[in-house]
Amino acid sequence: MSNCLSGNEAVAYAIKQINPDVMGAFPITPSTEIPEHFAQYVADGEVDTEYVTVESEHSSMSVCVAAEAAGARSVCATSSCGLALMYELLYIAASCRLPITLACVNRALSGPININNDHSDSMGARDSGWIQIYAENNQEAYDNFIMAVPVGETPSVRLPVMTCMDGFITSHAVENIELLETDAVRKFVGEYNPENYLLKKENPLAVGPYDISPYYMEHKVMEAEAMKAAKARILEVAAEFAKISGRHYGLFEEYRMEDAQLALVLIGSSAGTAKAAVDKLRENGVKAGLIKVRVFRPFPGEELARALANTKAVAVMDKSEGFSANGGPLFAETRSALYDLKDRPYLIDIVYGLGGRDLKTEDVEEVFGRLAYITVTGETGPVYTHLGQRQRRR
Amino acid sequence: MIHAKDINEHTPLEDLTPGGEIYEAGTARDFNTGTWRTDTPVFIAQACKHCMLCVPFCPDIAIPVKDGKRLEFDYMHCKGCGICENVCPFAAIKMVTGGEPI
Repeated sequence: MSNCLSGNEAVAYAIKQINPDVMGAFPITPSTEIPEHFAQYVADGEVDTEYVTVESEHSSMSVCVAAEAAGARSVCATSSCGLALMYELLYIAASCRLPITLACVNRALSGPININNDHSDSMGARDSGWIQIYAENNQEAYDNFIMAVPVGETPSVRLPVMTCMDGFITSHAVENIELLETDAVRKFVGEYNPENYLLKKENPLAVGPYDISPYYMEHKVMEAEAMKAAKARILEVAAEFAKISGRHYGLFEEYRMEDAQLALVLIGSSAGTAKAAVDKLRENGVKAGLIKVRVFRPFPGEELARALANTKAVAVMDKSEGFSANGGPLFAETRSALYDLKDRPYLIDIVYGLGGRDLKTEDVEEVFGRLAYITVTGETGPVYTHLGQRQRRR
Repeated sequence: MIHAKDINEHTPLEDLTPGGEIYEAGTARDFNTGTWRTDTPVFIAQACKHCMLCVPFCPDIAIPVKDGKRLEFDYMHCKGCGICENVCPFAAIKMVTGGEPI
């Protein structure tokens, strides 16, 4: 069925269809509408969810941690500083191997305080042990949330999943999207049946015990192995999802990459803008293409290297400033992934779109212009640069 | 399902549990955590009136009780915090320096 929904409405509707056991609810712009719409479903008796209102995101994630450990399928939504306040609990959730599903509506992190979109919030949590799946549009935000549940709950994975969408751009823009029937969603996600859980009375369980040095390393390696195992499971779940939805998802989307010489690597809603620019360049005979990274954790390094192996120059577009003084996080991962290629393309990093700074098709064309220039001259020039800021020419 | 008693510092990670979760209750009893002590309470039995005030104040479970009488400290679990000495109205508990009762 086709519907006109904002990204937030789409995710709230996905949660309604999933009918989770518990939601830890606390509002923060731009994710507020998710718990807000869902509260209406709770009030109308359309779901069985225990809707737990709390006083902070530290507590909303604590609710999810406790509920999930008790054996309850738990969900949450947040943005920006809310995610930052959850930081401690994000690691607890992942290390206790609790497959919570969190909708992260990406917003710039303070400071300076800003409510608009970039990826600095979720990128700050990229090493917390959460699977991260990013959406380009409302349809993907809806689909990703539904797929996240069986991915995280897979016994060989058992990791929490963060599904990300761009604040306001995706969360508040209304688009036509295809919704699945509720029965199909419930069947797809199934019942949450963990082998062990706190409320299993015949077998008492202790969760999150103190882990001394002779054990901590082993548990971290197990967690790392689970993250590696998640990659294949994400693809399996995507294949199952394609059967009920007709929509196909990979670890990343390759757009006009078959013979591309110049390529972008980026995440999220900017892909739509960049695809328009690629189309225009293609009309002018430029062999342009792009890769939209959908799954950032686990990072599809080998797959990305293969997809970029035949390009000549690549611009990685980072929508967060990592302050590494060496490029953003997507750049660091991509450059690392390409290192094992025999013939590597030239690679530059463009940090853009911070705090909601708009990215236009002309900006993307300018980036492709830089890539074309690099392939002609063989000189990358400054590798780590920013796009879209006001600055005197130097 | 692997039990806590079967896990030790030589267990390979393949045999450990996800997140270190423990599939049974009360396993703290099995671990000698008394070695953390730097000060040690000494029980002076003749001064004790068995008022039982020290028992609930003990942050661990290091003061066993049987038939209405408190027994000798459980030094396998006592951390030597000294709260018991502080709450005892009858000077029946005395802290001494070092991990061993004198």
